Amino acid sequence: MASASRDAGKFVSLPALLDRNAETYGTKPAYREKQFGIWQTTSWSQTRTEIRNLARGLINLGVNKGDFVAIIGTNRPQLYWSMVAAQMVGAVPVPLYQDSAAEEMAYVLDHCGARFIIVEDQEQVDKVIEVQDRLSQFEHMIYLDPRGLRKYDHSQLHDYAHVQETGHGLRDELNPELDRRQSAITYDDICVMLYTSGTTGKPKGVVLSNRNIIETSIASSKFDNLTQKEEILSYLPMAWVGDFIFSIGQAYWCGFCVNCPEGEATLLTDLREIGPTYYFAPPRVFETQLTTVMIRMEDSTRFKKWLFDRYMAHARKVGGDILDGKPVSLGDRIKYWLGDKFVYGPLKNTLGLSRVRLGYTAGEAIGPEIFSFYRSLGINLKQLYGQTEAGVFITQQPDGEVRADTVGVPSPGVEVKIGETGEVFYRSPGVFVEYYKNPESTASTKDAEGWVATGDAGFFEPDTGHLRIIDRAKDVGKMADGAMFAPKYVENKLKFYPNILEAVVFGAGRDRCVAFINIDLSAVGNWAERNNIAYSSYQELAGHPQVMETIQHHVEEVNASVAEDEMLSGCQIHRFLILHKELDADDGELTRTRKVRRRIIEEKFHDLVTALYDGSEEIATRTEVTYEDGRKGYIAATLKIRDAKVVPVTTQKVAAE
Amino acid sequence: MLDATQDGYTTADGRKIGGVVMEMKNITLRFGGVVAIKDISFDIREGEIRAIIGPNGAGKSSMLNVISGFYVPQEGEVLYKGKPRPQMKPYQVARQGIARTFQNIALFEGMTVLDNVMTGRLNKMKTNMFQQGLWKGAAEREEVENREVVEKVIDFLEIQNIRKTPVARLPYGLKKRVELARALAAEPSLLLLDEPMAGMNVEEKEDMSRFILDVNDEFGTTIALIEHDMGVVMDLSDRVVVMDYGKKIGDGTPDEVRSNQDVIDAYLGVAHD
Repeated sequence: MASASRDAGKFVSLPALLDRNAETYGTKPAYREKQFGIWQTTSWSQTRTEIRNLARGLINLGVNKGDFVAIIGTNRPQLYWSMVAAQMVGAVPVPLYQDSAAEEMAYVLDHCGARFIIVEDQEQVDKVIEVQDRLSQFEHMIYLDPRGLRKYDHSQLHDYAHVQETGHGLRDELNPELDRRQSAITYDDICVMLYTSGTTGKPKGVVLSNRNIIETSIASSKFDNLTQKEEILSYLPMAWVGDFIFSIGQAYWCGFCVNCPEGEATLLTDLREIGPTYYFAPPRVFETQLTTVMIRMEDSTRFKKWLFDRYMAHARKVGGDILDGKPVSLGDRIKYWLGDKFVYGPLKNTLGLSRVRLGYTAGEAIGPEIFSFYRSLGINLKQLYGQTEAGVFITQQPDGEVRADTVGVPSPGVEVKIGETGEVFYRSPGVFVEYYKNPESTASTKDAEGWVATGDAGFFEPDTGHLRIIDRAKDVGKMADGAMFAPKYVENKLKFYPNILEAVVFGAGRDRCVAFINIDLSAVGNWAERNNIAYSSYQELAGHPQVMETIQHHVEEVNASVAEDEMLSGCQIHRFLILHKELDADDGELTRTRKVRRRIIEEKFHDLVTALYDGSEEIATRTEVTYEDGRKGYIAATLKIRDAKVVPVTTQKVAAE
Repeated sequence: MLDATQDGYTTADGRKIGGVVMEMKNITLRFGGVVAIKDISFDIREGEIRAIIGPNGAGKSSMLNVISGFYVPQEGEVLYKGKPRPQMKPYQVARQGIARTFQNIALFEGMTVLDNVMTGRLNKMKTNMFQQGLWKGAAEREEVENREVVEKVIDFLEIQNIRKTPVARLPYGLKKRVELARALAAEPSLLLLDEPMAGMNVEEKEDMSRFILDVNDEFGTTIALIEHDMGVVMDLSDRVVVMDYGKKIGDGTPDEVRSNQDVIDAYLGVAHD
């Protein structure tokens, strides 16, 4: 732990940390990227050279201190370098979600007033050009991949390699200027600006200072004993704060290696080849992996299936306890060891998780079964609770105190309190500076003493001191009879079934709850295949009576489980339907981080909600959809509505405040 | 390489098209009593995308086979780079820098995508079976060199994720792309595509169109293609030859062809107005 004990005082910016890493870890790998099928490594000292060349190129293009430089693309070393190069010349990097439509980009680019934009490829160049006339401050765009761009007008367009070459050529001339700019960076200068995806309203630009990022990175690296030897696979959106902390903040503080996958489709192969030691994934990724494993086991031979079932049952029994260091009998240990040789080891290897020392999941609640599946295999998967405004970390789970239903204890340096309304507040060195050009929102979120409102309702468990999050505070409401309504709580229970991809529960101010369901096409599709059920589209499968039947069972099971909770027993689902389309970020129904936008969905499908409440058996509807290229079309469908059995609740207690 | 006296032209999108690469002079092809191609002449110029269209049985595939040298016409002459072309074996044609894809995919189903694309490099390999058996030395070096070219093609066509997948497991649209990859691996100067979009859905067609344009743009490859999806042809090609019952009934830019009454009658059906 040589690195983490170092004094942060000398290193007030990421470029300063880069200098330290180039000196201390010189030839050790900093970045790896698969190019033409071969992993290419860039060492820390090469990284410094690359970044400095680019930084001089940026100065040459006219980037000034305080300019905003937008960065759009998938996780590529060059784009990570672009962020640090921008910082080095005193500018502020603003990473954007690369899958955003041009319209969404226009808002963010205009709001931050980006003069320079660094993009990955033609796709992004086209999007920027499309909205260019609305960006009054935009001047130059730099692209990484020249493919297809040769014939474009190059008066404002520059090839990344060319900018770097120019920067290299001007090294003697511009080095003093670059060094002067770098040494002028202070601890309280802006490190990065990240736009929140926003479940409501327009995205807000969260300003994070060098202090925020570096202090958070140091504290979190110490918490989990991260070292220079970690390997991570960076595949989550660069615009997401987590990726900035893991792939830049912690990577620069600890000096570990960031591996960039070849592409989205090769992710699982790349994961296996790299075998990360520190791994981060949202629950959805773990769910998908587990679903894939289960589907493949269903298709394998009977002997293998038997072996798998038998040993997984054993792992569920003792695996988690072994990981937590709890006492386990010798016989069970031997059996687990055997299981590890024949089942768990090979399985982890297939999943690319053989070397994982530390795994985190966050963003959404993870199903207890999914969570314990990975833990029982011996993978140290933990949960954390965080926000962009906090520089990720608010609470996290210490080793040995991991549970599926809590999010752990406050992270080092973070103070957490529960407000009178049950809302969670926190204060830490990682707390953001402000929302850019939005003092009202800043004031309503962060008070004078630095306490930030999370917008989530939660409470500390008295005996363990762990935080439990119930729901978004805004979404927690009351039903007509005054009972507490927490939609997310019920939705999560539904989503834990592999067949259900997404659920939206309605009921605020009403006398009973109803739900929209999205089926998981891969899980249900596989089931259909095995049962010789033909279908041609999501819509057709979603409307199949047997699928409806299965989902109804799931809903009824959830009702039974919800009924056990006195506080929330009113949230049982009385009626439901399966939506005719998958909820999609392109249609504005989900955020780019795939969170449900409740109000938008309620407005858009108001006819369906009405039908759920007025007792009709079916409803014909027509919905506008947006294709990936931005064109629009319509889906028309007639949806069946089903009633689900609810457990009668006799003693209706008053909801806790 | 080209005769300087042959002028090229400039396309609508500003690309410079060079001189004539291949010229068909009064080609007639018969199979016994059946006349597949009747006295057809046209040329293919360097750097252009040239389409041959026509209804079923018009003789398009036969024409492509004449271009590729697989069929030898009974009458007429094929000039390649200004010289009359002698009768050749398919591998000799390939060595001249001509590569093709097939209407009914002709890949090695049991082999991986990578191995299939590597076969496209066969012409460039000089080591013999014994050297390859020994592996060390020349054979290994050669494999590495050729693999680099193949990886560039894989990257270009965005099929990295199926690199190690056996072709038999791929959907139709991807197989077509693998076939294109194998043809590109040979680094051809003339690429012949036999119905590259047949049986594809709209998305696959859009992808394939983009790749064809990119190949032409990036490598300057001359492309001759047969296709009966009119929309695709009109968008992609610089010049179009229209055939019907073995005869040429039209030749020109997509716009010219579209307004040619013979073409409308024969191919698009008789217009009623």
